[in-house]
Amino acid sequence: MSLFHVIGFGLKAGQLIWMSCWWIVSVISMNWFINGGLMDAKTGLLGGDGKISLNWREKVSGKISKIQHQYDHLFGSKKISNALWRKLLYTWVLCATMFSLWIFLYMSSQAIEKRKETLASMCDERARMLQDQFNVSMNHVQAMSILISTFHHGKSPSAIDQITFARYTNRTAFERPLTSGVAYAVRVLHSERAEFEKQQGRPIRRMDTLEQNPVHKDDFDPEVLEPSPIQEEYAPVIFAQDTISHVISIDLLSGKEDRENVLLARASGKGVLTAPFRLIKTKRLGVILTFAVYKIDLPSNATPDERIQATAGYIGGVFHIQSLVEKLLQQLASKQNIVVNVLDTTNQSHPISMYGSDEADDALEYVSTLNFGDPFRKHEMRCRFKQKPPWPWLAITTAYGFLVIAMLIGHIFYATVNRIAKVEDDYHKMMELKKRAEAADVAKSQFLATVSHEIRTPMNGVLGMLHMLMHTDLDVTQQDYVRTAQASGKALVSLINEVLDQAKIESGKLELEAVQFDLRAILDDVLSLFSGKSQEKGVELAVFISDRVPEKLIGDPGRFRQIITNLMGNSIKFTEKGHIFVTVHLAQEVMDSLDVETESSSKNTLSGFQVAERRLSWAKFKTFSQEEHVRPYPSSTYDPIILIVSVEDTGVGIPFEAQSRVFTPFMQVGPSISRTHGGTGIGLSISKCLVELMNGEIGFVSIPNVGSTFTFTAVFNNGCSNLNEYTSQQMNNQSNSANLEFEGMNAVVVDPRSVRAKVSKYHVQRLGIQVEIVSDLNQVLSSLKSRNPRIDMVLVEEEVWNNDSDLSVLSVDQLRRSDQKVPPKLFRLAKSISSTRSDNVTSDAHSPAVIMKPLRASMVAASLQRTMGNVGNKGNCRNGEVSRLSLQHLLLGRKILIVDDNKVNLKVAAGALKRYGAEVVCAESGKEAISLLTPPHSFYACFMDIQMPGMDGFEATKTIRDMEKSVNRKIKLGEVSAEAHGNVLNWHVPILAMTADVIHATHEQCMKCGMDGYVSKPFEAEQLYREVSRFS
Amino acid sequence: MERNNQLQRQVALMRQSLFDQGYLDEQFVQLEELQDDTNPNFVEEVVTLYYRDSARLIASIEQALDKSPLDFNKLDSYMHQFKGSSSSIGGRKVKTECSQFREYCRTGNGEGWQDKQGPEVQLLAPHRKKKRDSAHNSFC
Repeated sequence: MSLFHVIGFGLKAGQLIWMSCWWIVSVISMNWFINGGLMDAKTGLLGGDGKISLNWREKVSGKISKIQHQYDHLFGSKKISNALWRKLLYTWVLCATMFSLWIFLYMSSQAIEKRKETLASMCDERARMLQDQFNVSMNHVQAMSILISTFHHGKSPSAIDQITFARYTNRTAFERPLTSGVAYAVRVLHSERAEFEKQQGRPIRRMDTLEQNPVHKDDFDPEVLEPSPIQEEYAPVIFAQDTISHVISIDLLSGKEDRENVLLARASGKGVLTAPFRLIKTKRLGVILTFAVYKIDLPSNATPDERIQATAGYIGGVFHIQSLVEKLLQQLASKQNIVVNVLDTTNQSHPISMYGSDEADDALEYVSTLNFGDPFRKHEMRCRFKQKPPWPWLAITTAYGFLVIAMLIGHIFYATVNRIAKVEDDYHKMMELKKRAEAADVAKSQFLATVSHEIRTPMNGVLGMLHMLMHTDLDVTQQDYVRTAQASGKALVSLINEVLDQAKIESGKLELEAVQFDLRAILDDVLSLFSGKSQEKGVELAVFISDRVPEKLIGDPGRFRQIITNLMGNSIKFTEKGHIFVTVHLAQEVMDSLDVETESSSKNTLSGFQVAERRLSWAKFKTFSQEEHVRPYPSSTYDPIILIVSVEDTGVGIPFEAQSRVFTPFMQVGPSISRTHGGTGIGLSISKCLVELMNGEIGFVSIPNVGSTFTFTAVFNNGCSNLNEYTSQQMNNQSNSANLEFEGMNAVVVDPRSVRAKVSKYHVQRLGIQVEIVSDLNQVLSSLKSRNPRIDMVLVEEEVWNNDSDLSVLSVDQLRRSDQKVPPKLFRLAKSISSTRSDNVTSDAHSPAVIMKPLRASMVAASLQRTMGNVGNKGNCRNGEVSRLSLQHLLLGRKILIVDDNKVNLKVAAGALKRYGAEVVCAESGKEAISLLTPPHSFYACFMDIQMPGMDGFEATKTIRDMEKSVNRKIKLGEVSAEAHGNVLNWHVPILAMTADVIHATHEQCMKCGMDGYVSKPFEAEQLYREVSRFS
Repeated sequence: MERNNQLQRQVALMRQSLFDQGYLDEQFVQLEELQDDTNPNFVEEVVTLYYRDSARLIASIEQALDKSPLDFNKLDSYMHQFKGSSSSIGGRKVKTECSQFREYCRTGNGEGWQDKQGPEVQLLAPHRKKKRDSAHNSFC
């Protein structure tokens, strides 16, 4: 029972602990508690406790971040919350300690109570049994008194004698378990003494002496006792049980104890007990129960006197308390280690011990009263445990366990708080560091931008001064120095521009424009940029654009050109022999032909050199892994067009170990590279950023000493069906005008190498010429005769020409003698200046006209024109001629305004621009320019002098821009119809500053005023072209 | 015809000598290149314009120089114009002198001008001749 109780208490305590745990947890994180903690708490309380602790720990560790997050919300500042946590912790520890103490006290008091109860119940049980047995014995003794009165006094002669009595009592001894013997004494008055003594044959003896001179039990002889002195009456024992037969004839009234007893018994008519005393023979502690035997049946309300008169004798039972109690206790539960004392407490101040010893040292005592049926005597039983109470181990362990758990929780709590504080500290530190790092980054960018800017301004001065210096009186050496200095300065400026670009991209300030542009024209320009270098090196440069790429695209042509220029610049820098091949396809197209295009892996490349596998360079592109891009061609008008552009070269390649950092800014393959090839290594990184801005990807594959192939994708919009019909129409007109003259002609390209032939075909086809490819000259000759459509021109690859000069000569003759009215013209496609020159020397007579590679539509057209004599252009193939042609291509039919106060300058500039086919309008002041440029107008561009009297160029430009803005806004708002303004939705006429003063007219100042660029006076064809082409 | 040829040769020689002495630069060649069938008298027109303009400018400059104190700003703007015209036409020496003149103007150095005045004015003489010749050249 007690075990159950303890378990119950333990559960209660456990529940309490868990409840307090949940309380704390809920304080830490209300949110968490609401979300899941409550549920867990419920299940935890209902279910086992091992599971919860696991859950709990998990939750705590899992939610620490959350807690930390809330922490800020819950408690404002760190200090306050720290102090709060500390207080909470101390409170918790204090509470836990007090609670465990309380548990200990409670449990030990419970144990003591239990002990007491146990003792009391045991004691009561013993007392009751003792009392019961005593009463049984007493009743029997009383019954015996009735027996004697009936059979001894009621009959005459007596039916009982000593022998009968002894036998009877012996046989009924089991009825009186507590008595060691019974005896009967008869009342004898002094008058009857003699008669009685005679009748019995023995004198009445006295007891006193016996008491005074105790004798040994064995040789106890009643005969030695003195005869009783003369008394008023006597009570000699006549019958006695065998066990106490020695008391026969002893006068009970002579014993002090017995006398009182006897007198009391006969007066009250009830059983009377003596105080415990030493028995005569055994000298053991005993009590004697005495009943009076009356001669007549007395009523219950008889007076003591009547009772005394009626008394016939006295029956006494000897109770041998000590042995009896022992017997009883042994009979009960020998296991119980309790000490029992039986006391006679009739005299309160001197209780007489009847049984037991004081050997027990336990303070705990229980007293139960005994009622032996004698109203005059009081007895009680005192019980104690033999041993001291055991240590309350359960209480100790429970309390200690609780304390340990509470401390552990406290520790966890403390550790958590500490950790939170630490994490928070770290977090703040990190934030601080992050802020600092960001600030440093911003500072770096700013520094870079500022420094670049600041370098650019004086650099412009340096360049301008160098430019001016070049025009002073210098000898050859000095001029060489100046030229070198200027070249270096230009390189530095371009580097600074690149760095600025990088900084812009990094700070996200770079935005792409979306204007319509002609991809083919751009590639032609880029090609022309590199043509000089490639011709010098003897590297073949070629561009191929797929037919499926639309004529017009919408995007940022400037940036696109920058990427291409970067890649091509790198290629040309690192390529000494072989070729550089730029291909532009639709991504769609490439995907379709992925399986077909296996031939390229062989030696069938542009120059016959092995190249890096192009396809590998885009292997990682996402564009090709996404299925959504697969849609049938042709795409609808506004669909994005994904171009894939590859630049393939046969250069030195990139070492494998350096390939990973190719796109990292300022990372070059090695320090020696920058020494030999120059450059900063920033170009590719900028290209990558730009490509990403165009939603494309860039990748490359490179094999050292074989070559590299860079491929990128870019997303543009199709510009073919643009609203801006005005511009596109003009463009078409203009491009057509160059090509019309060749429309419908037929050409044969002689080239055994299919890739190269394809490129040649592409460029010639752009002029509207039908092209057929054959692999050698013989085929040309044979086809000349058989073919029906006449052949206007034969383009022979230089390689073919040189390899078989005999056949070449022959074929030239053949061609000349051909029966057509106009014999087909023969052209040689040469890739380098050196080869051209040498050939010129050897075979002047038969030498056909040369078309220099790289092939470009305009260049091809010019060469054809020259040879075929259609136009009376001055027919030399100088570089200036090339740019002039392209400029003409660019400016033909365009209306251009020139503003300058200096008439001479005006005239010269007008002449220069007219030379390129432009329609020139002159204005002599800023105000005039403003009136001319008020929308709507049809000017394609404006060149503006900066230093003018009255209104200078900057001011005029500002005014014009303001005007344009207001018109644009009106159109946008619908206040003015677009038709009234020439169908142009966004007015922005390119204004180019024109100045001889390179120092003051810095680029920035021009830009600030809304100008789009500047050209230095006097016009240089190249510069003019560059600036104007930016707006084509 | 022969006389014409002779004249032409003379003019060519004169032109070459002007180049050799550094009076003219490539800009003049470019100017010549600009002259074609559509615009046959371009060089002549330009040169005539230049002289007319220059004469006016030089007169203004002389006027300004007579004033005292000198108005450097005004002088500078005149010189700027003069320099612009000269550089357009390819008059290298005049342009160089103009630049220097402007430099002096900027520093407010009146004396510098006094030194330069001589050569400057002298310079104009061959110029005129050349220009006229070249104009004549164009006529033929």
